[in-house]
Amino acid sequence: MARAIAEKPWNIMKGIQMSGYNKMELMLSAASRVLKNGSMVIVGTGAPCAAAMLAQKSHAPDMTVIFEAGGVGPQLPTMPISVGDSRTFHKGIMATSMDDIMSMLQRGAVDTCFIGGAQIDMYGNINSTVIGDYNHPKVRLPGSGGANDLASLCWNSVCMTVHSSRRFVRKLDFVTTPGYLEGRGSREKEGLPPGSGPLSVITDLCIMGFDANSKRMVVSSIHQGVTKEEITRNTGFDLLWAEDIAETPGPGKKELDILGNEVDPMGYIISKPII
Amino acid sequence: MKTIKWGKGPLFSPPDPFGFRKNQKDMDRSLRVKTTTVDRVVDEYIKDGCYIASGGFGTNRIPTALLHEIVRKKKKDLSFAGHTSTHDYQILINGECIKRVDAAYIVGLEARGLSTSARKAHENGLIELCEWSNASLAWRFSAGARGIPFFPTYVNLGTDTFEYSAACVVECPYTGKPVSLVPALNPDVALIHVHRADETGNCEIEGITVADTDIAAASRTTIVTCEEMVSADYFRRNPNRTTIPWFCVDAVIQVPNGSYPGNMPGIYFSDEAHLREWLEAEKDEKKLKDFMNKYIYSTKCFEEYVEKCGGKKRIEELRKKELTGDILNG
Repeated sequence: MARAIAEKPWNIMKGIQMSGYNKMELMLSAASRVLKNGSMVIVGTGAPCAAAMLAQKSHAPDMTVIFEAGGVGPQLPTMPISVGDSRTFHKGIMATSMDDIMSMLQRGAVDTCFIGGAQIDMYGNINSTVIGDYNHPKVRLPGSGGANDLASLCWNSVCMTVHSSRRFVRKLDFVTTPGYLEGRGSREKEGLPPGSGPLSVITDLCIMGFDANSKRMVVSSIHQGVTKEEITRNTGFDLLWAEDIAETPGPGKKELDILGNEVDPMGYIISKPII
Repeated sequence: MKTIKWGKGPLFSPPDPFGFRKNQKDMDRSLRVKTTTVDRVVDEYIKDGCYIASGGFGTNRIPTALLHEIVRKKKKDLSFAGHTSTHDYQILINGECIKRVDAAYIVGLEARGLSTSARKAHENGLIELCEWSNASLAWRFSAGARGIPFFPTYVNLGTDTFEYSAACVVECPYTGKPVSLVPALNPDVALIHVHRADETGNCEIEGITVADTDIAAASRTTIVTCEEMVSADYFRRNPNRTTIPWFCVDAVIQVPNGSYPGNMPGIYFSDEAHLREWLEAEKDEKKLKDFMNKYIYSTKCFEEYVEKCGGKKRIEELRKKELTGDILNG
């Protein structure tokens, strides 16, 4: 029943897909597969949190979720509204401080983080501070929050975002959060911990990784029904393309059931149109 | 130690560890009674132009009564530590109290959306800004609490967040590699809401402490509001309960439901409907004026505000939501 409610708005807007899942479900499933059992992952609210919950309820029951404000290992009754609300340590293993969480990240104890923002460039750098000139902004956004810290200090970062040329830009208005900065070696040159950096960018069109040499964004798999032309048109910089581009595997029935019945029964995330 | 580069942001509160030690030396550390009122404490400690830090996490365990009183008393030109400040910042912005902000996270209310008033204030250039991140601001408090001038970190390196901060990058004397130094922050006044306190200011926080133990230790004056007053014996029976000790606290006031409309872990959940009202009112100047008049300027005290928002009945609903982990976020 809950699942039927969840699917409704999406189906009205986009039509029921032959594959039996929508793009948000596909993105969440792809993001969850990045997360390994036994690892530690720091998440925000919304889609990243849903992806982590899906991983925990499917292939990674022993993965620990942490939150920057101090929550460690909660058994989430539902998705938090704030990364510092009481759900982030509901039946948790520890409730600690931001200093403690950020120190864990800095000493290398946290594997993966999720990052979002208003703009992203070909090296995975992200802007969440201003649109327009810094001193005379068109739009003032929240700023780094914990994003710069997470992407500086975790081993890997994953970005889930909508794919549009407004977001995928040649030059950021402001580099809030480091990806590979100006390419290979530049994170290390600036003093960021070696071996860390963006791993994956998951959008409603495709999944991208980063080229080992240039550290530029490279398309590794394309979602069902999406064309290369569509991806190019929605990207403001030149993408690299992997030699063996696959079709992104969709979520299985088990994953869809978990998403609809356990992770997001009210459809806050999986039923929301991607804009 | 060779300095490699400096951020060009303004340093609103330069590190002064020995000055802070002097402040500590002059403090009365006796176990005296520090209970007072919200009205009195804001008159006594919040001076126009002073630097304040607000505890908790934006909409979680925030000192709403003190923030409202600052607005009601029309305090001006405050500097503010914006470490994931959301509704706390929104209150002070709508009261036009802020002049300078050390910004890690401002303007937004996380998943709820952006504050129109905060956006306008920044887009119209009304507020001086220095950029930081949550960790760098948390560690600025840590340095302040430890009595040292800076804290070395690997965050913000290589980004505009660094360029527009007041941090510097130096060559580490041990590794020879670049490391970012963030300056100690010792706010004039900290405002913190806790679960329980005794009359001398010993405090217990349940759940995450965010940055509050460091903020309390780093600030020249710390004002605490609490849900519940307990006897000193409560802490003596189990000293592990003391999250913030009396010698870091200057004033204590009991304010039940004091984090409303924010979340208070284990007691009540955030009032999402009322937080939406704030965001909605901000979209229209006339509506906002009426809204601020209704809820703050024509309201005598925080208790009356809670009453206007549905009082006991509403708090009871939020209590239920908190305790059952209700899946309906509204």
